[in-house]
Amino acid sequence: MTSHLPILQVVVPLIAAPIMVLLRSGPIAWVLAVSVSWAALAIAAGLFVEVADGSLVSYWIGSWPPPYGIEYRIDVVNAFLVLLISLIAAVVIVYSRESVRAEIPRERHYLFYAMYALCLAGLLGIAVTGDAFNLFVFLEVSSLSSYVLIALGRDRRALMAAYQYLILGTIGATCYVIGVGLLYLETGTLNLADMAVRLAQVSGDRPVLAALAFITVGISLKLALFPLHLWLPNAYAYAPSVVTAFLAATATKVSIYVLLRFYFHVFGGSAIFDAQPMAPIWITLSLAAMFIASATAIFQDNVKRLFAYSSVAQIGYMTLGASLGSFTGLTGGIVHLFNHALTKGALFLLLGGIALRVGTIRFDAIGGIGRVMPLTSFGIVLGGLSLIGVPATVGFVSKWYLVLATLERGDWWLAFAIVGSSMLAVVYVWRFVEAAYFREPSAEVARLREAPLSMLVPAWLMVLACVYFGLDTQLTLGGAGAAAAELLRGRQ
Amino acid sequence: MTVASHYSYWVTIFLAVAGLYIVIARGNLVKKLVGLSIFQTSVYLLYIAPGKLIGGTAPIVSSEFQVYSNPLPHVLILTAIVVGVATLALGLALVVRLKEAYGSIEEDEILAQDRDA
Repeated sequence: MTSHLPILQVVVPLIAAPIMVLLRSGPIAWVLAVSVSWAALAIAAGLFVEVADGSLVSYWIGSWPPPYGIEYRIDVVNAFLVLLISLIAAVVIVYSRESVRAEIPRERHYLFYAMYALCLAGLLGIAVTGDAFNLFVFLEVSSLSSYVLIALGRDRRALMAAYQYLILGTIGATCYVIGVGLLYLETGTLNLADMAVRLAQVSGDRPVLAALAFITVGISLKLALFPLHLWLPNAYAYAPSVVTAFLAATATKVSIYVLLRFYFHVFGGSAIFDAQPMAPIWITLSLAAMFIASATAIFQDNVKRLFAYSSVAQIGYMTLGASLGSFTGLTGGIVHLFNHALTKGALFLLLGGIALRVGTIRFDAIGGIGRVMPLTSFGIVLGGLSLIGVPATVGFVSKWYLVLATLERGDWWLAFAIVGSSMLAVVYVWRFVEAAYFREPSAEVARLREAPLSMLVPAWLMVLACVYFGLDTQLTLGGAGAAAAELLRGRQ
Repeated sequence: MTVASHYSYWVTIFLAVAGLYIVIARGNLVKKLVGLSIFQTSVYLLYIAPGKLIGGTAPIVSSEFQVYSNPLPHVLILTAIVVGVATLALGLALVVRLKEAYGSIEEDEILAQDRDA
């Protein structure tokens, strides 16, 4: 049984989705969704324990040995990611019950949970698979279901956001397939580990270079790297609250993993990759994301949109860490991936509580919300502090490592850039503080109550996790460090 | 290795660029999806064409044949076609809902309605 954990990780949520559709019942679908999410968390924990010592789990689908069959290959890098995704999913799904009831028409509830399970299966599939084409299929499974999830938003602008995401997401995925196709033509294999070995021996560099370019652009679209982030703010702002929290915490993170996997493992061994000026390009784009997206966030009227732009900026920190190329930098990038998922998950879950009570999430409607929803508002402030990177929150841990990595390289100006862009985060987080605590509540706001417990408890669990992992970094830094070491193995 | 011997690649590149151009240049949401489909179709050709060997047969072991075509690209593209159909179907479904919500399938008209609101 335990030897089948890698495939069960994907198959359990994948099978749950059609069952939910057949049963056509919202409450049963929710129970099913909770059970598969928790099962996924248990499986992920089992896998993480198995590979934590640096060993490798290789699962052969249908017992076909790689590189002929599809191989699911778990090392500490994707085990860490799978743990993160299923952790977020397990928390979000408990929260979803109340929020979905308020935001989605009753007759569509079972479809919502089916799409959620599919999306989860796709994201987990991307993480565990060791096959480039299988990865594309899972990428599309998760993308198509997330387009549907976004389109379920109450505001009609959610439809246009989903449509734009569909167009850009499909272009991204298609670019990825073109890249994989070129690599397949060049190496004759789709197994990522096998591809890495063969790429090192390839003589012609033109197709590999083209493949690198297509995969970089394709995946950058999916991970919303500045300036390919245009789909993200609207998609996050108008999607149902649960969907925003879930996607913000998982979807872009998985894409970053794919990029790291290709850069460090597949292309890592080839001289063609090392000859490209990748670091300057990525550092420039990351800095642009950190400053421009943070500055744009300051001027938003919609709180969800504000934090969506902040997500684009935070993705910049992750890619910055990865592009520094050192162990410390990569550790910082990966730990920020984990920490930001917790922070943004917590923030969007709490904002969902406000959306439920107020009905809208615009700054002019939530003045004085701190008086009537003290727990929710205080949670958002704590999450905001973590975004800024105040000590004793997770945001501090990752930014500390990023700054260390820049100082290791001797790039003082980069360290200043990291701190400087965090100052922009102070400004946009302050906008919420000002609206929530320093304005008199309007008559409508004064009548409101605190968000229901079934939403507050999961959201606060995430907030507390933000503080806990800011103090005890054994799991996060340990996992991220092991993942970074695994990615850098065989290089330098 | 001449320009003519690579004609399948030229067709692929033409389809990809034409498809992307339609996606970017057209404001009609259905036409955008048409362009997206053409773009995806170009990838099918990119995979399938190199799998074909002149004189090659299906990969069934037989003493009469020595040259086999590669079957793997066909299988991959069968999957990619399914993905493409699903994307197109979902895209069109979204356009139907957009038409119901806004009464238009022109991108600029829809965005203008949201700006005024």
